[in-house]
Amino acid sequence: MSERTDYLDLDTKDETFLDANEIVLNMGPQHPSTHGVLRVILKLDGEKVLGTECIIGYLHRGVEKIGENRTYAMFNPYVDRMDYVASVSNGLGYCEAVEKLLNAEAPPRAQYIRVILTELCRIASHQVWLGTHALDIGALTPLFYCFRDREEILKIFEKYCGARLTTHSFRIGGCTYEAYDGFEQDCNKFCTAFLPKLDEYEELLTTNRIWVRRTKGVGILNPEDCIALGVTGPVLRAAGVKWDLRKAQPYEAYKNFDFEIPTGLNGDTYDRYLVRIEEMRQSVRIIRQAVDGLPQGPIMAKVPKVIKPAVGEIYHSIEAPKGELGYFIVSDGSTQPYRVRVRPPSFVNLQALDKMVRGLLIADVVAVIGTLDIVLGEVDR
Amino acid sequence: MPEETKDPTPVLPQSSAPTNPQPGKAGDAGASASPSVTPAAAGNSEASAPTSTAPAAKSEAAAKPAEPAKPATPAATGEKPAAPAAAKPVAKPAAKPEGPKPEPWDSTLVSRLRSQYGSGIAEASTYLGQKYLVLDSTILYEILLHMRNDELFDYCVDITAVHYPKREAQFEIIYVLYSFHHNDRVRIKAQIKDGDHVPTAVGIWETANWLEREVYDMFGIVFDGHPDLKRILMPDGWKGHPLRKDYPILQQDQEWVKINLGIESGQ
Repeated sequence: MSERTDYLDLDTKDETFLDANEIVLNMGPQHPSTHGVLRVILKLDGEKVLGTECIIGYLHRGVEKIGENRTYAMFNPYVDRMDYVASVSNGLGYCEAVEKLLNAEAPPRAQYIRVILTELCRIASHQVWLGTHALDIGALTPLFYCFRDREEILKIFEKYCGARLTTHSFRIGGCTYEAYDGFEQDCNKFCTAFLPKLDEYEELLTTNRIWVRRTKGVGILNPEDCIALGVTGPVLRAAGVKWDLRKAQPYEAYKNFDFEIPTGLNGDTYDRYLVRIEEMRQSVRIIRQAVDGLPQGPIMAKVPKVIKPAVGEIYHSIEAPKGELGYFIVSDGSTQPYRVRVRPPSFVNLQALDKMVRGLLIADVVAVIGTLDIVLGEVDR
Repeated sequence: MPEETKDPTPVLPQSSAPTNPQPGKAGDAGASASPSVTPAAAGNSEASAPTSTAPAAKSEAAAKPAEPAKPATPAATGEKPAAPAAAKPVAKPAAKPEGPKPEPWDSTLVSRLRSQYGSGIAEASTYLGQKYLVLDSTILYEILLHMRNDELFDYCVDITAVHYPKREAQFEIIYVLYSFHHNDRVRIKAQIKDGDHVPTAVGIWETANWLEREVYDMFGIVFDGHPDLKRILMPDGWKGHPLRKDYPILQQDQEWVKINLGIESGQ
């Protein structure tokens, strides 16, 4: 461990402690609160964090290299395995990027189905975040509540495409599956049942004294730092920047729906919690509008069976539950992408960890990792 | 759908030619669109050609009778049996580029940059509505700094690279920038030779730290002045840079198998 200490430079000098020795503590990769296989090396003075370094890559599967060796359609299921708690969003981003490259667009009905599923997925992703985040901080009950209610979403996915987690629910050009009989009713039923449940979560946490003490003022990230670090998603919005790609550069059918972008004030862990809770409410709003306005018509655009985009390149990004998820695809006119680059929100957001935890306690590191909402499958790809 | 049915093992170095990864296997639903047209045409019975890709297939059929005379052209499928090999070159021209071309991008931003940096801006174009600049790599840092400070592109979305082993300047490094003020995206591209160093952008955007480390890890491009340039996703002792086109996929695996299991190959 000693050879690593040289690049943990110390910005914050300790004024309070006497002559405490600095120690280096290894956290992870197998640690319940690192949400996977993240390894964080902490440089500590007593319990105070002086600096961190993240070691990542334990889940690296070479997704981008795989993409270069598969056809466009073959690569589609792989992207679901990056952010596996929000697999629908991954698939949406990829399909849209390829569609853009083909200069095609999914028909309206497919776009609405995509929006419904993606927003359901956003709720599911936030539920996993809330459950595990609260668990890390010591509140056990929200985990059970969240996973119980997430089950309803997974049931809808299962009825729609047969898969619960890595759904591969979209195809380049639209959707493979028509909405099943009772899809609309199921979605509406979920929305109606979910809103009171969301209030229940809030009852447990929002005014809970322990929760507030553990999250308020912890891991503050101001808007300037967020932008400099490229942090997006709820973390950016909690810092007060009203920016959401669904509004800023609307894709799919998002311009047809009426919804708000919740923002925070202080950019601390508590605000990020409130922002994500409110985002779930807004997602319910979008789902209801999309179900009501679900148009009739085809679900696949006319794209060739063998996908061979013209020579060129495209960058397309969507607002995934964790932030801006971008795909940069270079086509050389063949059936396989020449290069697929994934711009993962978790990877970029995780970089902010060091800035957020300096000067805090070890227990706060756990809270901050939770509030960043990282999925290591996406960080490492 | 095609992606479930086929085992994608034939991993050709993909840069060589736009070949279909499963050429010989018949009955493949996905590949049937173009190859199934061609045997019929080779037999000069194009009247019965399935109309899968209607306009393309028509024009291709018209150009066809001349084709079977010179089957020497196929690029990568030299050792394949005669019939698919002859079918191959016929299928290709129909599928080659039909998409839009990059259009010149005129804006005050570009003219400002041009007046300041002159011929350093090699190209300013839009493709499918997306703007990009191609720069001389020597002025990369100045342009990036200019883009952030003067043009208010304050958010560096992504830094990545593409490897073109056949070009003289093998790597293209790409910066995706976004401006919160203009709600606009621009890609900045520069071509660099293998072994050339690029000035780091960490001083401009902090986010460049990990992104550049990833580019270094995957392509071996060195960023001068980077505070902590080392591998990020691959283990420290890893050999080679995986996203280079000439990086052999199986080699690493076989080496590991040889050392740890003492057998020739795990594949």
